[in-house]
Formats: sequence, structure tokens, C-alpha cells
Amino acid sequence: MEHYISLFVRSVFLENMALSFFLGMCTFMAISKKIQTAIGLGVAVVVVLAICTPINNLIYGLLLKEGAMTWASPEMASVDLSFLGLLTYIGVIAAVVQIMEMVLDKYVPALYNALGVFLPLITVNCAIMGAVLFMVERDYNFAESAVFGVGSGLGWALAITALAGIREKLKYSDVPKGLQGLGITMMTVGLMSLGFMSFSGVSL
Amino acid sequence: MGLRSTLDNLAPLFEKGGKYEKMYPLYEAVDTGLYSPPNVTNNTAHVRDGIDLKRIMITVWLCTFPAMFFGMYNIGLQANEAIAAGHGTVLEGWREFLIALLGGSGHSAASIWDNFVFGAAYFLPVYAVTFIVGGFWEVLFATVRRHEVNEGFFVTSVLFALTLPPTIPLWQVALGISFGVVIGKEVFGGTGKNFLNPALAGRAFLFFAYPASMSGNAVWTAADGFTGATALGSAAEGGVAKIIENGVTWSDAFFGTIQGSMGETSTLAILIGGVVLMAMNIAAWRIVVGVMIGMVAFSTLLNVVGSDTNPMFALPWYWHLVLGGFAFGMIFMATDPVSASMTNKGKWYFGGLIGFMVVMIRVVNPAFPEGMMLAILFANLFAPLIDHFVVQANIKRRIARVSK
Repeated sequence: MEHYISLFVRSVFLENMALSFFLGMCTFMAISKKIQTAIGLGVAVVVVLAICTPINNLIYGLLLKEGAMTWASPEMASVDLSFLGLLTYIGVIAAVVQIMEMVLDKYVPALYNALGVFLPLITVNCAIMGAVLFMVERDYNFAESAVFGVGSGLGWALAITALAGIREKLKYSDVPKGLQGLGITMMTVGLMSLGFMSFSGVSL
Repeated sequence: MGLRSTLDNLAPLFEKGGKYEKMYPLYEAVDTGLYSPPNVTNNTAHVRDGIDLKRIMITVWLCTFPAMFFGMYNIGLQANEAIAAGHGTVLEGWREFLIALLGGSGHSAASIWDNFVFGAAYFLPVYAVTFIVGGFWEVLFATVRRHEVNEGFFVTSVLFALTLPPTIPLWQVALGISFGVVIGKEVFGGTGKNFLNPALAGRAFLFFAYPASMSGNAVWTAADGFTGATALGSAAEGGVAKIIENGVTWSDAFFGTIQGSMGETSTLAILIGGVVLMAMNIAAWRIVVGVMIGMVAFSTLLNVVGSDTNPMFALPWYWHLVLGGFAFGMIFMATDPVSASMTNKGKWYFGGLIGFMVVMIRVVNPAFPEGMMLAILFANLFAPLIDHFVVQANIKRRIARVSK
């Protein structure tokens, strides 16, 4: 149990997808103008990650890894399909996002409209692909990958919500012309990750 | 009123159409720094009392003086004691010359004057560099972007200088304050428009860029070759027992005769300034109390939980209070009205978050013995969000009340 708690804390704070690895930056910058939308997108990312990471873990563990298919027949012990990894993962992610898009369209149309093109673009959000690849690289088992998926999703959601809070405040700032928009957001994100440095070095 | 009329005579040169029109912010800063601004708010919108932003900032600046003067004395005391005990030697160089110039007579740890002059020779150059370099950026931005030079810079500069170790190279001071003022504040449009405390942003920049001059055992006492664990460093090794073994008692730490950053050691001197600030309603007491509650609650929880391998778990809250930069950060940094939460309820959460984070970093994170700076920066990130939720909750409550 302790192992899972420490994995969870690590994936939310220490290895924050947005502020330590700088993954998923395009949506992170684009959808962080309003807190309400940011929370919506954050929840969407948490859901997608919570579903995709364990599913991909199963696929990797049962089909793709070298020798994974011995359960089908002993002759397949030498089969190594891991080169299909990227294709499969992105397929799973795309399917999950597609389903989620339909769900949101039906039940939360306001959020659906606010997220616009960035909802289907979650498919190619590097935070999600990143989490799946980290899962493979670190050889997580099924339970670990579920915890890791939820944790890194929550970390990303937390970061984008905080950024949206700051950007709502910065609306009243007097930013030099050349820096307005993305420029100042980049700097804000950099300063935010300075604050998140407080976790670097914690060994759990 | 010779000065007043001199300034008035100069005014046309700097006003619109004058010869030095571009330098107006500089003139304005000198004028309103010396005299009350002539243009005052004259409707009832926000008249509460006679105090304005300039006077508030000057008050904060004055309130750092107990910590500053005690800090200067303490730098000298620490260094002279180390030299007398043979743990280090006098750092030769221009500072010795400066000490002689300021009227210091030697390196006797028993003489208050010697200690004070010694400390002044270390603190004043750092402060001067901070002020000149930071002031240069402040005036440059004010001139180009046509806003006023704000007294907020007085506060930023003194707080920044007081959090540095006495042995820091002056070029690093210049670099740190440049980062703090430009990236931490001016790119957002100046005082009141940033979201991080600029002094802390500058210090954090130095801390991560030059860890060798900002942390460790060798930088806190200004004597050549001296190394000695800081109180927090010894606490990480062996808890309270180890601190006392290294010759630091609780009252030493409270009165501030321990090594540390230039203005952070004396909890007493800081609290004197803090009481004035809170009595005048300049520093938000809710934040200070919130920080205390968060720190006491979490450190007590860790005391109860306990740990076999990490002696920091057992460090009681009254030690957390007097060690490191806790008191200084709580009084001067966390209460920065710009980067803290604005709502009254939000201030409690904001303070509590800082108190929790500082204990967390000190105890759980072996990479940093001290966590006050990072805890406040971390809480700064969430301050606007806390405000947002407090406001939303208020709106919801009022809607419920109206529609009932």
C-alpha cells in the first residue's frame, strides 16, 4: 500500500507532467485562460489517462512485450512485437478520446464547446503519450500503471488549473507588447516550475 | 523650503515637453520620496486613512531594521568568534580596508562595535549592489514603459539582501536581483502586477544556479576556511540533541546568535518588526497565524508519527519556528500583499499551505535543509486559485441566500 501511495504522490508532484517534464505544453498554454475550462480539460485528461495507461499496460504485457504471448502457445516465446508499441498506444488513446468526446457532447455541451478543437487534440497530447511510454519504460505492473495514470493526470490538471488562476490574475497586468500572449505564458510556466522545484530531491 | 523650491524649479524640465521628459519617473521618485505627492485621491472611493502605498512600503522597509542591524552585529559576532577560536582566519581583501575605514578597531568578538562594523562591511556592499543594480532596472523599465518608480523596490531590495549569506560574491547578488526585478516583476508591468514575490524569485534563481554559494556549511560565516553545520543541517543529522551538541541552544536561536543568512537569524528582532507591521494592518495577521497553524499542526503530526531513520520527524514546532528563514519568511515574505491571497478566508488557506509545505520540505526532502523560500513560492502559485474558489463560494452562498 505504501508503495502505491508514494508512487501516487511522486506522479502528482515530483514528476509533474507539465512542470517537471514539460509535456502537453500546447494544450497547457492554449486552454489555460479561464479556470472553469482549465478544470474541465484537466478532468478530461485525468479520465483519459486513468483509462489509457492500464489498458496499454495490459496490451503491452499480454501481446507486445518479447515473450509476452507465451500464454497462447509456447512457440511464440521468441515473438517480439514491441515495435508496434507506438501505433497501438496511440490507437487506444484515440479511441478513448473519441468516446469521451461523444459523452461530453451529449452531457456537458458547454464544456464541449469551450474545449473546441483541443478535445480531439488530447489524442496527440504528449502528456498522455508520455505517461504511457513512461509506464512501458519503467515496467509498471497493472495496479501500478493505474495509480500512475491517475496520479500524472491529476498532476497535470493541478498545474493547468494553477496556471489558469495565475493567468486570470495576469489579465490586469501591463505586459510589454512583444511579450503579450504566449511569451508571458511561457515565462509564467517557467517561474511556476521554479516553485515546483521544492519537490525535487524527495525520495519516496 | 530650499529643497522644495529647487525641485519645483526643476519640474518643468522633466514634465511633458521638457528637456528631460524621458527621465520623468526618476524625478518623480525623488520628489515623492522626499515630499508627499501633491495629487491626492479626492473622491471617497478608497479613502480609509492617510497612508498610501509609498508610506506602506517605507514602513515595511523600516520594520526590517531591527533584523538588519542585529544581522550586521551577528555576522561580525559569528566571524570573530570563529576567528578567535581558530576555526578560520580573517578574509583579507578590500573588506578589511572597509572595516578600517568605518572605524573598526579589530576582530574582538567581545566588542559590540567591532562586530557591528565587521557585519556592516559585509552587509552594506551587498545591499548597495542590490540597490544600485535593482534600481537601475526599476528606473529603466519605469522610463521606457512610463510607469512610476515604486517604493515596492525598497522592500524587495532589502528583503533580498537580508536573505543572502554574508559570503556571497557581489556579481551573484547583481545577477539575482536582476532576475528578481526583471523576470519576477517588471515583465508583468511592475509592482502589483506580478504573481511571485520578486525578492524570493531572485533568491531562488541564485539558489538553483549557484548552490555552492547559497547553501552548505561554508558560506554562512564570513571567516576564511570556516565550515560548520547550520542548525537545520545538524537537526537533519541528529535532531535536537545534535543541535545542542553543536553548541546552539533554543534561546541562541531565538535571539539570533547563530550563523545563517544576514537578516534571518534573530527571531526576536524579526518579531519586533512583525508586531509593528501587524498592528498597523500592513502585514496580514491572518497569513501569519495561518503559517503558524500549518507549521505547528503538521510538525506535531510528524512528531506523533515518528520515524526511525529520519531525526527531523522529531523536531518540535518551537524549533522549526526559530531555525532557518521561517520567521523572516512568515513575517516579511508571505505577507507580501501582491503575491499572497487577497481574500480574508483565502489568507488562512494560503498561510496554512506555506506552513505545511515548509515542514514538508525540511523534513521529507533531503535535498534542501531549508524550505521556507520554496514553500512561499509554491504557495504563491496557488494564491490566485485560492482566491478564485473563495470568491466562487461567496457568490454561491449569496445566491442561495437571495433565492431562498
